[in-house]
Amino acid sequence: MQELENLMIKKAVELLDGGVVDRVIGWKKGEFYYDNTPATFYKKEELNDFVYNGFCGANLSKYLVAESKKGGKVLVFLKPCDTYSFNQLLTEKRIDRDKVYTVGIECRGHLNIESIRARGIEGVVGLEEKGDEVTVKTLYGDAKLKRGEVMLEKCLSCKTKKFAHNACDETIVLHEMPEEDPNKRFSMVIELEKMTPDERFAFWKSQLSKCIRCNACRNVCPACTCFKCVFDNPDSGIAAKANDDRFEEKLFHIIRSFHVAGRCTDCGECSRVCPQNIPLHLLNRKYIKDINELYGEYQAGAEAGSRAPLVDFREEDINPGENLKEGK
Amino acid sequence: MQEINEKYEPLIVAFCCNWCSYAGADLAGSSRLSYPANVKIIRVPCSCRVNPMFILKAFQRGADGVILCGCHPGDCHYTTGNYYARRRMTMLFDMLDYLGIERERTRVEWVSAAEGNRFAAVMNDFAAKINELGENKRLEDLRCKN
Amino acid sequence: MQRIGVFVCWCGNNIAATVDVERVSEILSHEYGVVYSTNYQFMCSENGQQLIKTAIKEHNLTGIVVCSCSPRMHEATFRKTAEAAGLNPYMVEIANIREHCSWIHKDREEATAKAVILGRTAIAKLLLNTPLTAGEVGVTKRALVIGGGIAGIQTALDIAEAGYEVDIVEQRATIGGRMAQLDKTFPTLDCSACILTPKMVDCAQSEKIDILAYSEVEEVKGFVGNFTVKIRRKARYVDETKCTGCGACMNACPSKKGLNEFNMNLNTRPAIYIPFAQAIPNVAVIDPEQCLKLKTGKCGLCQRKCEVGAIDYTMQDTFIERNYGAIVVATGFRISDLKYFNEYGYADNKDVITSLELERLMNAAGPTGGTLLRPSDKKHPKVITFIQCVGSRDISGCGKPYCSKICCMYTAKHAMLIREKYPDTEVHVFYIDIRTPGKNYDEFYRRAVEQYGVDYIKGMVGKVYANGDKLMVQGSDLLNNEQITIESDLVVLAAAIEPEPSVRRIATMLSASIDTNNFLTEAHAKLRPVESPTAGVYLSGMCQGPKDIPETVSQASACAAKVIGLLAKDKLKSNPCVSHSDEMMCNGCGTCANVCPYGAITYIDKEFRLGGGKTETRRVASVNEAVCQGCGACTVACPSGAMDLKGFANKQIMAEVESICKR
Repeated sequence: MQELENLMIKKAVELLDGGVVDRVIGWKKGEFYYDNTPATFYKKEELNDFVYNGFCGANLSKYLVAESKKGGKVLVFLKPCDTYSFNQLLTEKRIDRDKVYTVGIECRGHLNIESIRARGIEGVVGLEEKGDEVTVKTLYGDAKLKRGEVMLEKCLSCKTKKFAHNACDETIVLHEMPEEDPNKRFSMVIELEKMTPDERFAFWKSQLSKCIRCNACRNVCPACTCFKCVFDNPDSGIAAKANDDRFEEKLFHIIRSFHVAGRCTDCGECSRVCPQNIPLHLLNRKYIKDINELYGEYQAGAEAGSRAPLVDFREEDINPGENLKEGK
Repeated sequence: MQEINEKYEPLIVAFCCNWCSYAGADLAGSSRLSYPANVKIIRVPCSCRVNPMFILKAFQRGADGVILCGCHPGDCHYTTGNYYARRRMTMLFDMLDYLGIERERTRVEWVSAAEGNRFAAVMNDFAAKINELGENKRLEDLRCKN
Repeated sequence: MQRIGVFVCWCGNNIAATVDVERVSEILSHEYGVVYSTNYQFMCSENGQQLIKTAIKEHNLTGIVVCSCSPRMHEATFRKTAEAAGLNPYMVEIANIREHCSWIHKDREEATAKAVILGRTAIAKLLLNTPLTAGEVGVTKRALVIGGGIAGIQTALDIAEAGYEVDIVEQRATIGGRMAQLDKTFPTLDCSACILTPKMVDCAQSEKIDILAYSEVEEVKGFVGNFTVKIRRKARYVDETKCTGCGACMNACPSKKGLNEFNMNLNTRPAIYIPFAQAIPNVAVIDPEQCLKLKTGKCGLCQRKCEVGAIDYTMQDTFIERNYGAIVVATGFRISDLKYFNEYGYADNKDVITSLELERLMNAAGPTGGTLLRPSDKKHPKVITFIQCVGSRDISGCGKPYCSKICCMYTAKHAMLIREKYPDTEVHVFYIDIRTPGKNYDEFYRRAVEQYGVDYIKGMVGKVYANGDKLMVQGSDLLNNEQITIESDLVVLAAAIEPEPSVRRIATMLSASIDTNNFLTEAHAKLRPVESPTAGVYLSGMCQGPKDIPETVSQASACAAKVIGLLAKDKLKSNPCVSHSDEMMCNGCGTCANVCPYGAITYIDKEFRLGGGKTETRRVASVNEAVCQGCGACTVACPSGAMDLKGFANKQIMAEVESICKR
């Protein structure tokens, strides 16, 4: 992993020195070792704080919406799943492609500090990654773990380790990554579908009632880039904010997921940032699965400029509800 | 409790496109075909004007059933509106079902301007279904009641 | 703060019998924003409208709610009333308490309560209405008529007569349509060609009419007053401007196997041909399926024979684009397919024919030169059986549910003509009902029965089968309650008519509504029978429904009057209930344009002040209000809610929902 970080810094220095870009978006060391946050670097000296390790799960593509509006050109590092968000933002004309230099970087999956903590590992101060072997260094000694045991949900259900078409100006790939099965991520959706409506209702009630309407899911989502969100717009009729476990939260989450239906690339950021650990990706994935089944396989962002399924139709489309069994 | 149940009158909101279904409802009226009075119609230019937010809002405010009626596929006054509405509503209904909300509470029906009898039949059938289901308890916002 | 007036209409007893109008107006008078509330017997009457006008002025109303019949009925009326009193016409909302309330509910309590909620909901919406102003667009003073049959011809002639330019696009090589194929016309029995061809010639000679025969409409863009139409001019392989119609090419052509469509495929014609003697334009056309030169590259005889050098084998389809203010659909009809009616043996027996085929067999210019001969052995038929309602009034799903309307009359005509010309022929007619409303129609039918001795049998035919050179027609005679079999020489089927199938494609291009039988829908079945619901599109002739020639001609002229009324205007007011994008909220994502069926949305770069002297250029959606038809597809597609629909705004619909749901 150190090798990859070195190559990335080298690439950043090269592009800054060569005048190709005048700033770099990457990850910066945070207050804690596991707390790497997205940051913009303007000078190569600042790159001392540049970091890339297993705690860099954040998707940088959304930052380009604001960055590409400024002058000059910006270098961005994109993991494979981030490239889909990037292409989707290009489709929606939210990023000026000419103002961005994209470098795709290989990804083995990123780590979830909560999963590490759940194993009683506290005081993390370092990380050593060798393939799927992960050594977490702590104040109290080292802990050897399998990467798969402590990955973020979005990485556990990785849809692909291939870069989206034409998204990268260049790539840094040290190891050939295995093919992923894009359908394995639907297993939990399928499980929910198999439940009775009462069970599903109970499940979602228990989950969504935890919501504190902090809007983190919306703010991090690369598909949510409106100047003014409907939830902040008093004219939309749904701007009300309240902590209630009956309908307000469901309304919020149904509309949030509906608004990104057909545009969501399944980058998993919503669930990653949720402070209440609500599995929000299960809402988005339900839409993705249904779209695939009803309107043909569609991966948002696979191809910049593709037509999203909800702004498209076929004459022979099914009627609403026809796919649902009575009383299922 | 018994008393409340007896008083229960389902509330049904019907969104009807101006060109086909609203005209179908008019035809049901001029043909004197009755359907329950708790079906209340909101006129929209086209089924594609109906935002899922409207439907959710109705449920939030205590509607027990919401039905969207538009021109038959292929007959949209605006040529393609109902095709988009069809996909949007398919997605919305899937999600409501996924959240464990009785799927019979929402419905889409294509009713042409000539189908007055069908309009009345659809509304009678829908109202009967909603009556069976009883009060909407999973989608309403209690604070908005009364 | 709005000052709303509520006007509850009794509609005589239509509303007042079931809805307590007094109570409705009393309850609504207490609603927020309402300063005046009343009820009256007939709001739409002169006095009712005056009452509204007076109230608007006296109470300084800013908006009115009329609780009455469907807005589809009188919304326009009350908007005009409001406007006359100085109110913006879009500050009017209608609560439909007749069709959606008093007419369908019996319980007075229930209906009254519902009327109150509907009124309340209209008030809730009106509170959020804003005055809207209709935009103005110019009118292209030229009309397009699609279809060159008698309907299209009459419409075009009338429009031209009023001084406007008009183009006729006809998919076949000549105008004239079905009427040109008919032999005689009922109820006067005059020759069809004799009355039609002078009109065809008038079209050709009119300076205002441009006949685009052998052409098809490819694409329609625009809207009322401003259509742009792309027309495909199919390759004739003959230069229309050079050909004199001498016919030398037809005689020279060695390929003679092409079926003669004009004669209902009853005989053949050369590969290069003029459809019929009086064709307009009187110009030859090559059938590329039959032409040896086009198929094999060898031949070229017609080109050598043509003295004016009109023949060009390299001709390709060309496209022209023209602007029109109005479009008339006059696509006409055809005889429906009889494949589901095997019982009549049409496919298996040459001597089972349709009535349109009989027209050609009796016509002097037809395949038999006007002598009625059986197609199989060219013998005079001695017993002819007509079967009516073949595929009409059929609810089995095989045929058409409607009455084709013209069959009773033309069958009587055929029967009479045959008895007149060949008195030794026996003529039977199986019928379900005889329908002869119309001036001199029933008299005509009675003449067939009483004067010409045509044998009318009430009953249906179960089976037609061959027996030697005879056709056995097995049917029931309902009046005598017996099964009968008639040994016939010729069987004539009055097959259902159906709209020309290409009309579906045309309707889609025009976004004109069409019913399940492929007939175009009128804007109003009784009051606007020649207009399509799509503004600027008009209906002439059979494309709207079955009708005979006099009716077709009346409708064609009515249609022309409507077109002339439109073209006479210099400016049109456009519907102000169109989409509008809030530029401050628009992301320029392009989603809305994807779902717009009219291409009304474009994107522009707009500079925004950010404060602190900074600016930012953003791509934002911009709606062409003249093109937008107000469907609202974009408003739901828009993720940010920047796109909204005037008159049906998100806020307004939300308010309606809330009001209805208030218990």
